[in-house]
Amino acid sequence: MKLYCLSGHPTLPCNILKFKSTTIMLDCGLDMTSALNFLPLPLVQSPRLCNLPGWSLKDGNAFLDKELKECSGHVFVDSVPEFCLPETELIDLSTVDVILISNYHCMMALPYITEHTGFTGTVYATEPTVQIGRLLMEELVNFIERVPKAQSASLWKNKDIQRLLPSPLKDAVEVSTWRRCYTMQEVNSALSKIQLVGYSQKIELFGVVQVTPLSSGYALGSSNWIIQSHYEKVSYVSGSSLLTTHPQPMDQASLKNSDVLVLTGLTQIPTANPDGMVGEFCSNLALTIRNGGNVLVPCYPSGVIYDLLECLYQYIDSAGLSSVPFYFISPVANSSLEFSQIFAEWLCHNKQSKVYLPEPPFPHAELIQTNKLKHYPSIHGDFSNDFRQPCVVFTGHPSLRFGDVVHFMELWGKSSLNTVIFTEPDFSYLEALAPYQPLAMKCIYCPIDTRLNFIQVSKLLKEVQPLHVVCPEQYTQPPPAQSHRMDLMIDCQPPPMSYRRAEVLALPFKRRYEKIEIMPELADSLVPMEIKPGISLATVSAVLHTKDNKHVLQPPPRPAQPASGKKRKRMSDDVPDCKVLKPLLSGSIPVEQFVQSLEKHGFSDIKVEDTAKGHIVLLQEAETLIQIEEDSTHIICDNDEMLRVRLRDLVLKFLQKF
Amino acid sequence: MPEIRVTPLGAGQDVGRSCILVSIAGKNVMLDCGMHMGFNDDRRFPDFSYITQNGRLTDFLDCVIISHFHLDHCGALPYFSEMVGYDGPIYMTHPTQAICPILLEDYRKIAVDKKGEANFFTSQMIKDCMKKVVAVHLHQTVQVDDELEIKAYYAGHVLGAAMFQIKVGSESVVYTGDYNMTPDRHLGAAWIDKCRPNLLITESTYATTIRDSKRCRERDFLKKVHETVERGGKVLIPVFALGRAQELCILLETFWERMNLKVPIYFSTGLTEKANHYYKLFITWTNQKIRKTFVQRNMFEFKHIKAFDRAFADNPGPMVVFATPGMLHAGQSLQIFRKWAGNEKNMGTVGHKILSGQRKLEMEGRQVLEVKMQVEYMSFSAHADAKGIMQLVGQAEPESVLLVHGEAKKMGFLRQKIEQELRVSCYMPANGETVTLPTSPSIPVGISLGLLKREMAQGLLPEAKKPRLLHGTLIMKDSNFRLVSSEQALKELGLAEHQLRFTCRVHLQDTRKEQEMALRVYSHLKRLLPTLRTQVPRCCWCPGPTRMRNWGASLPHCSRRVSPRPLSGHTTHPGLWLCLATVPTRTWALTSAL
Repeated sequence: MKLYCLSGHPTLPCNILKFKSTTIMLDCGLDMTSALNFLPLPLVQSPRLCNLPGWSLKDGNAFLDKELKECSGHVFVDSVPEFCLPETELIDLSTVDVILISNYHCMMALPYITEHTGFTGTVYATEPTVQIGRLLMEELVNFIERVPKAQSASLWKNKDIQRLLPSPLKDAVEVSTWRRCYTMQEVNSALSKIQLVGYSQKIELFGVVQVTPLSSGYALGSSNWIIQSHYEKVSYVSGSSLLTTHPQPMDQASLKNSDVLVLTGLTQIPTANPDGMVGEFCSNLALTIRNGGNVLVPCYPSGVIYDLLECLYQYIDSAGLSSVPFYFISPVANSSLEFSQIFAEWLCHNKQSKVYLPEPPFPHAELIQTNKLKHYPSIHGDFSNDFRQPCVVFTGHPSLRFGDVVHFMELWGKSSLNTVIFTEPDFSYLEALAPYQPLAMKCIYCPIDTRLNFIQVSKLLKEVQPLHVVCPEQYTQPPPAQSHRMDLMIDCQPPPMSYRRAEVLALPFKRRYEKIEIMPELADSLVPMEIKPGISLATVSAVLHTKDNKHVLQPPPRPAQPASGKKRKRMSDDVPDCKVLKPLLSGSIPVEQFVQSLEKHGFSDIKVEDTAKGHIVLLQEAETLIQIEEDSTHIICDNDEMLRVRLRDLVLKFLQKF
Repeated sequence: MPEIRVTPLGAGQDVGRSCILVSIAGKNVMLDCGMHMGFNDDRRFPDFSYITQNGRLTDFLDCVIISHFHLDHCGALPYFSEMVGYDGPIYMTHPTQAICPILLEDYRKIAVDKKGEANFFTSQMIKDCMKKVVAVHLHQTVQVDDELEIKAYYAGHVLGAAMFQIKVGSESVVYTGDYNMTPDRHLGAAWIDKCRPNLLITESTYATTIRDSKRCRERDFLKKVHETVERGGKVLIPVFALGRAQELCILLETFWERMNLKVPIYFSTGLTEKANHYYKLFITWTNQKIRKTFVQRNMFEFKHIKAFDRAFADNPGPMVVFATPGMLHAGQSLQIFRKWAGNEKNMGTVGHKILSGQRKLEMEGRQVLEVKMQVEYMSFSAHADAKGIMQLVGQAEPESVLLVHGEAKKMGFLRQKIEQELRVSCYMPANGETVTLPTSPSIPVGISLGLLKREMAQGLLPEAKKPRLLHGTLIMKDSNFRLVSSEQALKELGLAEHQLRFTCRVHLQDTRKEQEMALRVYSHLKRLLPTLRTQVPRCCWCPGPTRMRNWGASLPHCSRRVSPRPLSGHTTHPGLWLCLATVPTRTWALTSAL
């Protein structure tokens, strides 16, 4: 059993598990942090961005000034943003049988894999994962396609040139594999390969392996996966949460008794407490509004935004914000808000019982009804008529490189009254802000990451007790910025096996058994004998049938009666190779009883001699010598078949046959 | 002999009061717990004393499964769990769990408040009963206990309706509840995988009907409604609040839009309004088209259909009213019916008395109501017809079929059809009658991978098609069964192998030298047994200089077939291990095991 690690990003994993002749891809994460190296794509022509100076080498050589622009000491690529794909060379991706998706953030690379590698398998995901994943992809494609950019920079990627660039461009990895965004057509084609599954649904793969999604508590429809056969069990834990937010709670019990537990998608901000961050978010938001400023919240169109809106719903009246407009701007804003209300079965208990009343599970329905929350597909159109300040705007993309957020950064960046509050943990906020410097607006960083922290992980591992833990190498040492915090790493016994991008791990696994079914007729014919108290043995001779990777033992056919001519020939084809196999013998022969038994069967003149290891029985009349030792018997006689068979049968009476 | 036993307490050769007991591999499951519309006495609920006379139901039943929210499938639930007493788990889907208590409460109100029945279950009992409910997702495998598992499949019929697979080990039963094999305007079609259960328990409401195409029925309905309102009549459509009502609303809504009609359509208030809300929130349970378009337009937000007020009934001019309950036996639909029945311009679709042609009805207080209005019966209920039932049987491929929820005569017809066309045995027990099906489950054991691989590898050799015998030893320890090679079994149990060998003396008269003699015997054997590997290695422990090995040999000069195992034990090839040793008397010794 092997694990091929295709992604180096611990929260956007992409691994391939080879298990019992199946090839299973676990998640399909797309590392979008690469986009931070590019200039933002403004929706409205931005003179500031257009007039950024080109970058030139120290010696004044400016041959790259078309591709690279400089802004406040940072260098950016002036091109369509590109993303870092999972490794595609490590293993032939056309051999992947299935892809298991754990949550909508971990499927963003799906079109690259399913459309361009010869993939012919099936993708499994839950319904909310697919629907919201589709919205995320739709938004991404929309953001990028609606700002067409003629230029596509590639010169800087040349290895010799890249070495000369300032960091972080110099240190960017795998730049040759960076790709531009996919198209909507590719998204649709990729999504059409998905088969919907429900929690705790057992899905058979080729009759050899069973996979089961379990609730992971992190997002709507997010799942961990169990990959198991009858005797082996691998748990894949990716993006799980033990906090009570909107999704169904995490199913921990089913992870027990795993041979291997692959652990990915832990919190990216292990030092921040999500509850505290939400409080900080609300108070900073209120403060800015009270001072007459605007609040910008760069966010994804689904996920934490539902919880933020719910907090604000409870908070705005008490904070005197009820007259402040909240805008949610995204091409998929409406769909996201609508979809959130129809997944009752995937929600936590509290929200479920609201649906039973029947009321919408999320209070943003009321915010919309009372006109406190308005949503628009983009800043163009209706929004420009309704726009009032001061206001709060939720919009994407959290990288600040594309989407409507770029416009608001340009619009509000110059005033210190305004605030941008970062809640998504996926991008470093300092790097995200770099192309907007110098900036007057206030920046607040309240990352809300509800995924497991290290304390929760160690508790979880104690509870589910896997034999081995496999995790990204980042989790086996403290984060580089806090190298003294030995508590910010996975601590378990035996120590976890770690992986990094493009590595292949052999998992410590020894398969010893396989399930086989014994047909009732055969079972009836077995004769068990008790060897030790509670343990019985039975010798089985049967015909093995294997179909669809299921093994069945059937009783051996009765020997066919010889029939005439042609028919007989065919019959003999079907009769199995019925060579009677020599049974194994066990036990030892008690000499005295054996001698008595010999006498009873008419042998006379028996002499017994002791030897170093046992006895020798001499049948002088029959000129025969029988050597009896603890675990062997040797009969030496004349070439008299009758005699030999008689002696054999007498000996066998004292032995057990298997 | 293991067996599956099925006893209907209700819905055996009957429609209503669905309640079926299933015993499978020692587990007892109750399927549905319905009431009967046709009775007002004890017979309206299943006779639970059949299950146990004085013991607790909880001790006897492992779980209860409710297929959907219709009262003939869940109406007796609070009585069963709270008044008779059952504390075990009750499984149903999320929409059923949401809607079921509302219909039960409605049922209770009519029974207690309107009919004044005493000793009926209370609102609190409904609440307590619902606390015992465990909601299931579609296709989720629910582990009721270590052995019993259940799985829900989509059934169409109404929102949240499900078919259930009940499985213990390799034995399984599928219960369909009510289902529909053709998608309609708001629900999808029932679907099940080829799960090959031992028994399929299917409803058979429309056992003999092959219904004319859905489109015809709908066109007919629309035409009649349209004609009535055109001539200024009022249309009363008695419906149950949930289920077909939504289907007809969508039908009329789209028709009104297309024809640009302005005649008001009303929906009786309360329950039905709420019902539409459920449909909006559980949109994932509706059909593909509605699910796809719900963001742009939610099909359950009607433009032409408004809430009904009691006063509207006296308004002049045409109108269409959906009123509950569907059988016109009480409530709003009956009130409106009384008002409108006298006018032949009006139209209604109603209960069986009127349907049977009776034109004068005796109401409470001995009033006689003369029915002058047109009465039309139209069935839109979403059950599978004979074709659909056959289709489902084909999908699931059961070993046998058991019919419930239908009339005996029609069942008989369908049974014949199933047995003849699908060659599957078919049963139709009456209430209280038990069907026993013997099963022969195979026994799962663990085979050691070494043994299996060795066997499979030989399957790859030429003549792979020819069945071969596998030999091994089954180790049974408690309930853990493992099949291993005999050597491994001995090793595991700490038993030493006992070697049994024979040495026979064969006298050969020859004057040649030993070495030459050995070679002659060797070439002779090789010629006789050309397919076998014959070796003349140096003998390390025999007194003589050479020994010969022969695998699987049959020795002609011994005139017996021998296929013993080698002494050295490191190989498991059946074979004869010959030791030819020259001893001073020129005696050759043949050593072999057995």
